[in-house]
Amino acid sequence: MTNSSDTAQSGPMLAADGTPLKKSLARSLRNQKMRALALIAPLLLFILISFIFPIASMLFRSVENTIVADILPRTVVALDDWNADGGQLPDESVYSAFVSDMVEAIEAKEHTKLGTRLNYEQTGMSSLFRKSGRQIRKLDPESDGPFKEKLIDINAEWGEIKAWSTIKAHSVRLTNGYFLNAVDMRRTPEGIKQQPENKRILVKLFWRTLAMSLIITASCIALGYPVAWILANLPMRTANLLMILVLLPFWTSLLVRTSAWKVMLQQQGVVNDVLVWLGVVADESRLVMINNQFGTIVAMTHILLPFMILPMYSVMTTIPPSYLRAAKSLGATNWTAFRRVYLPQSVPGIGAGSILVFILSIGYYITPEIVGGTKGVFISNRIAYHISYSLNWGLAAALGTILLVAVLILYWAYDKIVGIDNVKLG
Amino acid sequence: MADSIGLDAFVAFERVQKSYDGETLVVKDLNLSMPRGEFLTMLGPSGSGKTTCLMMLAGFETATHGRIMLDGVSINNIPPHKRGIGMVFQNYALFPHMTVAENLGFPLEVRKIGKSERETKVRRALDMVQMGSFGGRRPAQLSGGQQQRIALARALVFEPELVLMDEPLGALDKQLREHMQFEITNLAHDLGITTVYVTHDQTEALTMSDRVAVFDDGRIQQIAPPDVLYESPENSFVAQFIGENNTLEGVIREIRGDFAVVELDDGELIDCKPVNVNSPGERTRVSIRPERVEFNKGRLREGTHTVNAVVREFIYMGDIFRTRLSVAGNENFIVKCRNAPNQVRLKPGEQIEIGWMAEDCRALDAH
Repeated sequence: MTNSSDTAQSGPMLAADGTPLKKSLARSLRNQKMRALALIAPLLLFILISFIFPIASMLFRSVENTIVADILPRTVVALDDWNADGGQLPDESVYSAFVSDMVEAIEAKEHTKLGTRLNYEQTGMSSLFRKSGRQIRKLDPESDGPFKEKLIDINAEWGEIKAWSTIKAHSVRLTNGYFLNAVDMRRTPEGIKQQPENKRILVKLFWRTLAMSLIITASCIALGYPVAWILANLPMRTANLLMILVLLPFWTSLLVRTSAWKVMLQQQGVVNDVLVWLGVVADESRLVMINNQFGTIVAMTHILLPFMILPMYSVMTTIPPSYLRAAKSLGATNWTAFRRVYLPQSVPGIGAGSILVFILSIGYYITPEIVGGTKGVFISNRIAYHISYSLNWGLAAALGTILLVAVLILYWAYDKIVGIDNVKLG
Repeated sequence: MADSIGLDAFVAFERVQKSYDGETLVVKDLNLSMPRGEFLTMLGPSGSGKTTCLMMLAGFETATHGRIMLDGVSINNIPPHKRGIGMVFQNYALFPHMTVAENLGFPLEVRKIGKSERETKVRRALDMVQMGSFGGRRPAQLSGGQQQRIALARALVFEPELVLMDEPLGALDKQLREHMQFEITNLAHDLGITTVYVTHDQTEALTMSDRVAVFDDGRIQQIAPPDVLYESPENSFVAQFIGENNTLEGVIREIRGDFAVVELDDGELIDCKPVNVNSPGERTRVSIRPERVEFNKGRLREGTHTVNAVVREFIYMGDIFRTRLSVAGNENFIVKCRNAPNQVRLKPGEQIEIGWMAEDCRALDAH
């Protein structure tokens, strides 16, 4: 019994050569771990570069606000002592600091960027900077002072408290301004306020995105559940054949499918023509089914349906038919057997499909863009607008962050209510 | 079929046929009647039609032809949930999202039985299978044997008169299976319920049943109490299927009342009991149980005809010795004897003489 002495001794377990067993085990597994790491390294790197890093940088952009402090460093320092509430214009030191900052900025051609940035907060700032820039260029910060009068001469707006308070209000390097904008609020020199009535669109868009995504998810459940059930209960061969039909949309371009809906649903389109021909609808009162919320819901339900059917199907195939039989043999009608026995067991599939469809649709862009018109667009379309047209990336980043957080909260809530362990994708 | 439809039959199949594809019959002309309180086992190889019969009785399959009667009423057109037949499934089919008590309460709930009465019945059913303290558990938290008991309790809790069991012990290990066989039979007899039990395990069929129906090829080959089935099989299939069996091929030479003379393929003439052979010249398969073969000359009856045999293999199995012999061209002729004191242990290659009583040697059809 030589082994018993090893186990009987106190202290850590030792391997045959006397090294601690834990160390020995770690050493023997190291090669295995390294190999596993090497196998996933390319993907890990790819995800890091193409996914984690961009998202992190986007999240940061939503609070980053270094432009004012970078371009007007001296002005920002000089404005520290000034208080807009006093009702007085800043003194000469601010004006001279501003001129020296601006002359440098104009040379580097950065003053218009600053104007654009401040314009998000206060309309008119962009043109003020552009126009004044031409005049300020001619000034020499060393010898031409004092500048207070001269600047007010160049543009009367430099004689108003509003311009200076706007600069001061946005001189902080980290700001919640973009997030406020994202929920239809804004930072003003007088504090945080709601956007003017005609500019409040984002909150409405968020709610619309949420509501329409819910409707799309619900339609997908209603349409997908019976299909998944049939697929799960058919013999394997037939089920596979039908599964191809379910997957067929995946193999067709998204644009083609969305455009097809345009052809189908427009006022001179297939559906309307058929309805008119059948006499259901009069020719002059053809239905408006596209470029509105209805169009977006129909097209997106169609496009996202496979994402609902697949997880439902994979869960349903694991429910043995004997459960339904058992329920019936115990005296349950078909409906009761379904409701009390089958449905509860298919909930993980419904949950998985719903999460998938909801999260996909909440950030969907192409389809609402093409068939949504103005009434059926999502928040993602607004994000795209700010990224590529208004170039207000900070706001786009803030909107995106809110969307991301909303999805995470929903995910968390789902985990609390249903349990994420119950979700089965296959 | 010898079994005629009695008026007092509780369950009866009358000329039932079943086809799934319209080309072949899975069940061919099934006639069967069971008195109230009987424990009947349907035994047969897979694909023999036994499970299909059970499913037709439960209502999950419809008979293509014929009538199925329950207590004198045709149930062909009654849906399963109105038949009031308890059923235990192969893998128990306990609802995983309900607790044990909810599982048991389910049949009572759908029958709209009040809460307090329901609880009493559930408790009684759980006590009946000695699982009284498990009501709050989920099926996944139970062992196979415990799940089996719960499935049994659930099939009995609404007090059905007929209970069907579809290979309910298939998933259990040997020891537990033997224990459950005993428990199920006791319970069925104590409650006086009529039971139809499907299995492919012949030991299970023999130990549990009042009668066993042996299925093959969509027909009942023989329906009889276990001892009759084992000792007097009516055809080669039953003889082969039930228990271990030695066969010798030959031709009938002469039939004299209860005895027939068979000429084995190596020319040896032996006496047999004719069962389903009719005339001289017919080919036959003679069946002898391994434990009825004797090689100890002192124990053979005076004047018994003996046959030469060569020992091929001696297998020690603890309680018994199993010896493989070569007899009249059959290389797999098995002899079993008890591991008694002074029992001879045969050695491979040994030449011996074996004998048996003519009535233990049954001449059956050669199919």
